[in-house]
Amino acid sequence: MTIGLTHFLVLSALLLAIGLFTILTQRNAIRILFGVEMILNAAALNFAAASRYGGTGPGGQVVSLFIIVLAAAESVVALAIVLAIFRARRDIAVDTLDELKG
Amino acid sequence: MTPGALVFWLLALLVTGSAAYVALTRNVVRAAFALFATFFGVAGLYAWLGADFLFGVQLIVYAGGILVLLLFGVMLTRHSTEMLIPGTPVRWVPAALISLGLAGLLLAVVLGSRWLVAEPVPPPTPTTHDIGRLLLSRFVLPFEVASIVLLAVMVGAAVIARRAPVDRS
Repeated sequence: MTIGLTHFLVLSALLLAIGLFTILTQRNAIRILFGVEMILNAAALNFAAASRYGGTGPGGQVVSLFIIVLAAAESVVALAIVLAIFRARRDIAVDTLDELKG
Repeated sequence: MTPGALVFWLLALLVTGSAAYVALTRNVVRAAFALFATFFGVAGLYAWLGADFLFGVQLIVYAGGILVLLLFGVMLTRHSTEMLIPGTPVRWVPAALISLGLAGLLLAVVLGSRWLVAEPVPPPTPTTHDIGRLLLSRFVLPFEVASIVLLAVMVGAAVIARRAPVDRS
């Protein structure tokens, strides 16, 4: 069986579903970030696979590069926010962080 | 099964298995290291696709940058008092239903569409040179905007995470 584009698309869909499940079921704010990173990886994998099987050059891989760059930027900011919250409240369980007033 | 297909299935198993472990384990540190394995699996898939530059960038930036940052976050927030007290019960069933529903919808679309793939698939070639040319020709605007985003993120994160200035006047 030759591995085709649909194999990669199915794999990305599964990785996205697992990432979404992680985001929905975790209390720890950092573990929610794990789920977000999984979803971003799934999207980047999709672009790289489409780039290979489409046959028109590495354009999709450039998009994957930008996804990686933006994932790094977003995880930096998210972690800074989590650390600021932790410093103020000593607590990162998201179900207890339900008030805007600090 | 050809060796190439076998490698693909092993990498796919690594990616989905470690992702499932991240979702289901109770230990945060183990989840972080399982995410490490997921990133390695995705990097392997990039290499399988012939995306050699992307393989290197994935390992350097994702596994060696983002994951280290997340591990620092795990380390610095381990003594969260609220995490020791069980809070509202985790709603596994609705979350699983939503995830499975989304996966089912995506699979229905993916398996039911006729994808326009190049026949035959061209053999993989080194991509670094072509990616460099694309970044400075077709993708020059996203490239420059990305550098502005990184600058904003560096300054913003430093401001957000700094200790409050001690000004008790």
